[in-house]
Amino acid sequence: MKMNMMKKVLVLGLALGLSACSTKNELGTDASSVLNGAGSIAKPGTVAEFTQIVGDSILFDTNQTGVNESGKLLLQKQYAWLRKYNVTKIQIEGHADERGTRQYNIALGGKRAQSVKNYFASLGYDKAAISTLSYGKERPISLCDNISCWSQNRRAVTAVVGR
Amino acid sequence: MLANKELEIGYLMMLKIRALIYFTLAMLLITAKPALALVEVKIDQGNVDPLVIAVENFSGSNNKEIGLGQNIAAVVMNDLRNSGLFAPLDKSVFLENNRPADQRPNFANWRPTGAKALVSGLVVVEGNGNINAQLRLWDVLSQKQITGVQYTARSKNWRKLAHQISDTIYERLTGERGYFDTRIVYISETGPKNKRVKRLAIMDQDGFNRKYLTRGGDIVLSPRFSPKRQEVTYISYASGQPRVMLINVDTGQREVVGNFAGMSFAPRFSPDGNKVVMSIQNDGNSNIYRLDLRNKNIVQLTNSNALDTSASYSPDGRKIVFESDRSGSQQLFVMGANGGAAQRISVGGGSYSTPVWSPRGDFIAFTKLVGGQFLIGVMKTDGSGERILAGGYHNEGPTWSPNGRVLMFFRETRGAKGGPSIWSVDITGRNERRINSGGFASDPAWSPLGK
Repeated sequence: MKMNMMKKVLVLGLALGLSACSTKNELGTDASSVLNGAGSIAKPGTVAEFTQIVGDSILFDTNQTGVNESGKLLLQKQYAWLRKYNVTKIQIEGHADERGTRQYNIALGGKRAQSVKNYFASLGYDKAAISTLSYGKERPISLCDNISCWSQNRRAVTAVVGR
Repeated sequence: MLANKELEIGYLMMLKIRALIYFTLAMLLITAKPALALVEVKIDQGNVDPLVIAVENFSGSNNKEIGLGQNIAAVVMNDLRNSGLFAPLDKSVFLENNRPADQRPNFANWRPTGAKALVSGLVVVEGNGNINAQLRLWDVLSQKQITGVQYTARSKNWRKLAHQISDTIYERLTGERGYFDTRIVYISETGPKNKRVKRLAIMDQDGFNRKYLTRGGDIVLSPRFSPKRQEVTYISYASGQPRVMLINVDTGQREVVGNFAGMSFAPRFSPDGNKVVMSIQNDGNSNIYRLDLRNKNIVQLTNSNALDTSASYSPDGRKIVFESDRSGSQQLFVMGANGGAAQRISVGGGSYSTPVWSPRGDFIAFTKLVGGQFLIGVMKTDGSGERILAGGYHNEGPTWSPNGRVLMFFRETRGAKGGPSIWSVDITGRNERRINSGGFASDPAWSPLGK
């Protein structure tokens, strides 16, 4: 669903022509930047490409901290991209949905971030170059109050920190 | 001088109100049902009649004193009414007004109003600007003075003085310690839900004198008041990672106390105020540690392959209750203050979070997640006698009044424009009230009496 939307954004960008391209090369640290580049084409190797086309967020099942199969597939794509563009330092931000208490959600988001870190390490990424952080339920990306939104908020976001 | 000098007590009346409190508690035991059954049922609101009380404006000899006397009486009436144990009379039913301060009440004028107790007093503004107030509390039926107490405060602290008067009245008539001269430290929230600005803030327990302690540039969460000093521990994202902080609420001086490799969170003071228990995360697991604030020694108290958090000391400092998902869902566990074997105490179904030990030592308050709802409840310290006090879509994070009679917590409303507000409820489940915090507010923490 999310990937489909991203493809549409990309197609729209093509329709507008290359002159519309205004990709910024800033270091995004928040998944909310995903849609900021709508109407533009992310240049290869840019953070915008990573966030919009590769996809910087994997989702988790309720109260689960392990990376599920679709999460693993996306992390493998992320890993390939990070390797290709020599990204030497990343931060994993863990998040939880609003249906938990504050302290528990901080702990939960931290464990999700650690799971992603461990998976990247298993793929061969230098563990010491991965920092983790938990926002608990403090930074939702989806704001409605039903299951479809909560599932979008149970996420871990990979942020490019250095290369 | 009348200061703290007890003159005479209407024993009959005091016994009556004490009986009312015990009756309320006894009623709860009778109505206690299995936890799951209570989820849908609003807790019994009871039919206990609050004590009718008349609060006269404190008298004065000039306009300034008379104005202050009216304001003090209004604060006292509001405190007493909010406690749920008193029904202050509207002044329109008074038969006697503007009695000279040195004159005894004419009780024949008060008995017909239905008032069982009468509050009167005198305000004097001294040459240096300080306020001097004299309280007289009368038993209308026995026609005797229950107590007379004198208070002094700087003029800007007149509300604090009024709350102290409320505490004296509450204490004389219920036999319990008061909780009106207290403050609430909390998180003020502004802005959209996905970019919420959070500021550490403090207010009086009645919602007045609100002020910010941080500017909102960084996420701040979960403040807890020191039981001994004007200090608050909380977490801040200022350094990127959540870290446990300490702030002096009078001076604003701050320091990082959770300066560890992993993130530190969920702090709470020991009863002596010299230590802070907190969670520190390493390799994904959260364990509970104790930090000595004086020598910075850190001791690990739990070592599990799980998420251990929300530690809270028993008031005697011997035990710690915390939440953990070591057995699957989050549940409450009690261990010794130095760690070691922990015993699960929550058995009512659903999952449990944010345990807080009562300052009286008799109950543990918690957030309970069951059936898609977040409830506030209390249980005895062995996990028995669970009672739900407040229900709905999302209630979280109880904090105890210093006398262990009232809880505050926050309640979230649904949806993109939803947000939190602070509520209070008696441990009887009665008297649920919203606290006026002037906007979205969460994570309340009650100060000790007089702080």
